[in-house]
Amino acid sequence: MKEVINLPVKNIEEEEYHINMGPQHPSTHGVLRLVVSLQGEIVKSLKPHCGYIHRGIEKMCEKDTYPQIIHLTDRMDYLSAHINNHAVCLLVEKALEVEVPERVKYIRTIIDELNRIASHQLWWCSFGMDMGGLTCYFYGLRDREHILDIFEESFGSRLLHSYYTPGGLMMDIHPNFQKGVKDFIKYFRKKIKDYDDILTGNVIMQARTKGVGILSKEDAISYGVTGPSGRASGFACDVRKHDPYGVYDKVDFKEILGTEGDTFTRYMMRMHEMRESMKIIEQLIDNVPAGDYTAKMKAVLKLPAGEYYQRVEASRGELGVYVISDGNKTPYRMKFRSPNFSNLSALDHMSRGVKIADLVAIGGSLDYVIPDIDR
Amino acid sequence: MNFSLYDFTPFNQWIDKFLHSHMSSFWAVAVEMTIIGLAILLFYALVGLFLVYAERKVCAFMQNRVGPNRVGPYGFFQTIADFIKLMLKELVHIKNADQLLFNLAPFIIIIASFMAIAAIPFAKGLHAIDFDIGILYVIAVSSLGVVGILLAGWSSNNKYSLIGAMRSGAQIVSYELSVGLSLVTIIILAGTMQFSQIVEGQANGWFIFKGHIPAFIAFVIFLISSTAETNRGPFDLAEAESELTAGFHTEYSGIKFAFFFLAEYMNMFIVASIAATVFLGGWMPFHMGGWAAFNHIMDFIPPFIWYIGKTFFVIWLMMWFKWTFPRLRIDQLLTLEWKYLLPINLVNILIMAFVVLMGWHF
Repeated sequence: MKEVINLPVKNIEEEEYHINMGPQHPSTHGVLRLVVSLQGEIVKSLKPHCGYIHRGIEKMCEKDTYPQIIHLTDRMDYLSAHINNHAVCLLVEKALEVEVPERVKYIRTIIDELNRIASHQLWWCSFGMDMGGLTCYFYGLRDREHILDIFEESFGSRLLHSYYTPGGLMMDIHPNFQKGVKDFIKYFRKKIKDYDDILTGNVIMQARTKGVGILSKEDAISYGVTGPSGRASGFACDVRKHDPYGVYDKVDFKEILGTEGDTFTRYMMRMHEMRESMKIIEQLIDNVPAGDYTAKMKAVLKLPAGEYYQRVEASRGELGVYVISDGNKTPYRMKFRSPNFSNLSALDHMSRGVKIADLVAIGGSLDYVIPDIDR
Repeated sequence: MNFSLYDFTPFNQWIDKFLHSHMSSFWAVAVEMTIIGLAILLFYALVGLFLVYAERKVCAFMQNRVGPNRVGPYGFFQTIADFIKLMLKELVHIKNADQLLFNLAPFIIIIASFMAIAAIPFAKGLHAIDFDIGILYVIAVSSLGVVGILLAGWSSNNKYSLIGAMRSGAQIVSYELSVGLSLVTIIILAGTMQFSQIVEGQANGWFIFKGHIPAFIAFVIFLISSTAETNRGPFDLAEAESELTAGFHTEYSGIKFAFFFLAEYMNMFIVASIAATVFLGGWMPFHMGGWAAFNHIMDFIPPFIWYIGKTFFVIWLMMWFKWTFPRLRIDQLLTLEWKYLLPINLVNILIMAFVVLMGWHF
């Protein structure tokens, strides 16, 4: 005899269904998979599934010497490759107590800021694309090209540079570097107005982003959301200000804090940050002191046994490098605190109760780079 | 026998006479219908191909790009090559899809746009059917397309498609109202729904100038809501590639996808034609009061060129804001229609009726 099973009768209006956004989806900017619970168009909850391009970088670091590790950090957040390199270099220099020449500090700071601008330009164009304004994409890429040309001229590569070495730089900058940077600043000061005209001031864009995806200051701190996304919520987390490295303590720049914590504020934070970066570069570019491009370093770098931590302000937030050394030329354990991983963790909290279109906008405003999440 | 580019009526009559003198009237009508059908089909395909090319070029220039420039001069044959590719591609069969509806949907969409094109006057005498309820017919037929979109979304067995189709349903049903009401404003001014008479009525001034401010408001509303009705940006929520990958046509491939693609561009052409015909004088030349020499030169340009020029101007406007604006959200889209466009439209009709009643128009 068949057993009769009484299935619970569900109210169809309360029923949720799931869609897989990703791993192949135009708006996840890579191979991130978001399992989204929807009720109609409204997002009830979402679960990020990471790991589609996990390469085990932290484990690989345990087999590599410190100069080799720098090449791996490029591959994490490939859009702020220089800044990732900088973190490891600073850590090694701190552990070995090496004093790098002033020239190196200046050049590193300038290049970090150029890298930050390039990264925000790419964020701006992909954010525009997430919002449906495809023209933004080409504006952003067009201007980013100028920075990449400067990079290519000085150190031969456009995306994954590995230009910094522990103790200095791989080679000196190209004689045209300063002129190229100054030309770019002049050019971009004009072009950033276009950005405001086409996207920032747009009525549709403002209506879609204001008051959407709000993250309070407390939540930003407890989720560890840093960088422009954290500062939009009023969380003063700029490492350049609070734990200066390079020559950030010598330049005048503002740490701009937002109050709203919504998508539009996160957008504006990055627009401000591009302008602040240009300000920093303008202060430094004419004052690069002469000198060596690297400090005298030993052929084999062995960090004294102990634990070391160094943080830098990557273009998406705070990047921390943690090393346990047992005195060998390779680290015993290496851990990266990547900004995108923490920022992504807040996505579920921020996007509950919004529409699918808003989820895409919020994701765009968090600006996640998937290789940095998975490592 | 005097054929001219300015009036196609003698040419039509000559064909009619020629056919009737050679065969029975039944066959003559059959041949005429075949000729018209083939002519429209050819026109449809050519305009569709050209519009795809035009959009790619226009958007390329707006985005600091060159656009297609490899196949043929200035990449002119790129769309033809693409179309051949789409025709040769495999049609992917989807498991658990409703096969009948899945295969039917592209045809419904393309038939809807195909039928609408029959009522549009291209020039004097170049007009497939001149209904006395032309505008009503076009509105009725063009809204059939939503059935195709809903079927495509429903039968694909894909959640993205379904969301896209549901968005599209809500959107088109809402914006039909604004399209209809903005045309009603002009119908009040013109006093007829017949396209040929509407165009004749604009011989001494286009309706957008004749009807003062209400006609201009109606034109703007028509432009906004017809863009929404054709599912084009910034109202392209039904396909919203950054949210729904490709919306209702996610699962379609090959020639079926090409049908959706072609129908989208032809719908744009149809609404632009209606805008040109109803607001911008159709194939009537542009005249300035008192400038006799100028008017004479304008008259010299054939009506067909005028019609195409105006239509492409409206199409260019639609492309312009598609490639400039970000996309709206579904609730904002419906708010725009029901809270702003519809009330403005209703008041606008009253104002227009008052203007016509008092005889204040030109």
